[in-house]
Formats: sequence, structure tokens, C-alpha cells
Amino acid sequence: MFGIFKPRTFFNLANNSIFWLKIIFVFTLVVGLVFALVLSPIDYLQKDTVRIMYVHVPSSWIALFIFLIIGVSSFISLIFKIKVFSIYAKSLAPIGLVFSLISIVTGSLWGYPTWGTFWSWDGRLTSMLVLVLSYVLYVSLWLLIKNYNLAEKITNVVGIVGLINIPIIKFSVVWWNTLHQPASITLTAAPTIHSSMLAPLLIMFFCFCILSLIIFLIRYKYEIINFRVNKK
Amino acid sequence: MTLSKSTKIRLRFFSIIFTIVSIIIFFVYDNLQKNIVYFYSPEDLKNLSVTPVNKIRLGGLVKQNSLKANANSYVFIITDFKNEIFVEYNGLLPNLFAEGKSAVAEGVLRDKKYFVASSILAKHDENYMPPEISNTLKKNELKK
Repeated sequence: MFGIFKPRTFFNLANNSIFWLKIIFVFTLVVGLVFALVLSPIDYLQKDTVRIMYVHVPSSWIALFIFLIIGVSSFISLIFKIKVFSIYAKSLAPIGLVFSLISIVTGSLWGYPTWGTFWSWDGRLTSMLVLVLSYVLYVSLWLLIKNYNLAEKITNVVGIVGLINIPIIKFSVVWWNTLHQPASITLTAAPTIHSSMLAPLLIMFFCFCILSLIIFLIRYKYEIINFRVNKK
Repeated sequence: MTLSKSTKIRLRFFSIIFTIVSIIIFFVYDNLQKNIVYFYSPEDLKNLSVTPVNKIRLGGLVKQNSLKANANSYVFIITDFKNEIFVEYNGLLPNLFAEGKSAVAEGVLRDKKYFVASSILAKHDENYMPPEISNTLKKNELKK
């Protein structure tokens, strides 16, 4: 069952699947954008501004999800000494960094016409900024520390410690009074987004997931070759 | 699954560290609950023993039919259905500011019933829907 995690199997799988993933990505991007920008209705309150959601929300989800994977991979790498998990985490980090930045920037552009401000230090916005800084720290430590084993250990610790922030971001809108509204889509209740707006949101999320997967596979191939070459 | 001896040691070490960090986080979070308040509700302000003198934020629902506008100066009521506070504001209101919607006012409390705002932010809720659905919902509400 765990055979897929063997570096060689995974490498071949990556090589064979990238082409098809690219085709799926282009297809879902076109369909998603047409739905998000043209076919989906305007919001009763926010009018066209609501369309920022179709980029903002998927980016935020992916930024959170990738850090979750980095944290879990760091744990497996640090405790069970399965080195390839550090390489998964290392390959994913820049993707998460970019998506967290997209989330902050689009959120800010959305905040101005709706709330009346680009930025405010409420629980959700502050904890999301902490996530961006965790990503910056994680990525820069890999770049700055030249000794591979040392860099691996330190980034593993950063990944595990940064994991604490994930539930804080998720529940910040529940625990505290925030300017940011609570989640519209939860596991426990029906979504409070009308289906005509939920559909493009989910397509865009799927599209961003595929894009992340493609970049991850390319970066993983590079990192694994890099790892092998440096070991010799 | 059999674990090697060194893995077991690492796991034990990790569990100890994890427990300690969890306890620390719990205390930090418990304190944050009390200290970090992005905005107060009218009820919170009523229950405060000391009237705050510096800038604070007040959040709640803008009461229906309470907004009085005179050029760029506004007076309205912010309510949480338990307590109400008058808010005075000079300046431009954000687009989404409306009666029956939430807002956050930043400013100083003159007395327990009167708040002078220097800036107003509009809050919106987690409901998104097309205008037609919203109109139908409103009509249904009126019929009741």
C-alpha cells in the first residue's frame, strides 16, 4: 500500500501523469473562469465584487491544506526518519507561499470595496499573515542553511510548530469577534452560498488543486535529482 | 508495525514536548480570549466596570430605521438586541453599510449610551445569493 511513496515509483508516476494533468488543468481553468466571471450571477449585496471570491477562497484553502501536509510530512520525517517526506514538504512550500500571498492580496482588494478598508488586525487576517510568515521562514531556511541534514531538521521543526496555526486560522472567526465573516462552507451544515455560485467556486478549487499538483510534481522531480546528485 | 528502538525514543521525546507545548498554547489561548478583543458588542460595553478612555471598536447590527443623515454626518443605533448605543459619525460610509446589516465603528465612548466614531467598517455575513433569490426570500418574509 505504501509502495507509491517509494521515490522511484513516485518519480515514474509523476513523469507519466504531468501531461494529462496539464490538459485537465487547462480544461478546468477555462470552464471555471467562464462560470466564475460570466455565467455566475452577481451577489444581492456585493454585486460583481463577489467574483473575487472565486480566486480568494480556493487560494486560502490550498494555502492552509499545503501547510497541513508540510506539517504532517515534517512529523513523519523527523520521527520515523523517512527522508522522502522532507522532500515532499520542501517541494510543496513555495506553492503554499504563493497561494497564501494571493489569498492576502485578493482579500485586501475585496476588503476595500466591501468593508471599507484594505487591512485590519482582526483574528482571521492576523493569523493568515502568520501563515505567510511561517511559509517565508520555512522556505528561507531551506535556502539559507547549506548543510542538508541540518536544514532538514530545522525546517521539520518549523513545519510541526507552524501546524499549531492552522486550527487557529480555521476557528478564528468562531472564537473571536472578527471583521471577517464566518465560513460559508462547513462540514456540518448546508453551505450558505447559493448553488449557482458554489459550483464555479468548487471548479476553481479543483483547478487550483491540479495546478498545485503539477508544480509540485515538477519541483519534486528537481528536488529528488538534486538530493541524489549532492549525496554522491 | 515494529518500530526501531531509536524511533521509539524519538516518539516518546516528541510526545513529552507535544504535551508541554499543548499546555502552553492552552494557557496562551485562554488569556487571548480575555484580552484580544477586535470589537465590543453593546452588551459587552454595558458590562464593563471601567469606561474605556482610549480608542475602541464597537460592533453590532445597525438598527432598522435608526439612521439619520445630515450631509456627511450620521447618527444611528448599533444594537445586539440586548443593549443599544447611539453612534455619531462624520465622513463617508462604506458601500455595504446599511440598516439591518452589521458594522464595526472605531472611536471613543463618550458615555455608556453614546459613541463618537472616527471610522466605520461594514461587515457582511456568510450568505451569498443572486438578487432574484434574495427578493423572493424578502417577499416570503413579508407574507408571514
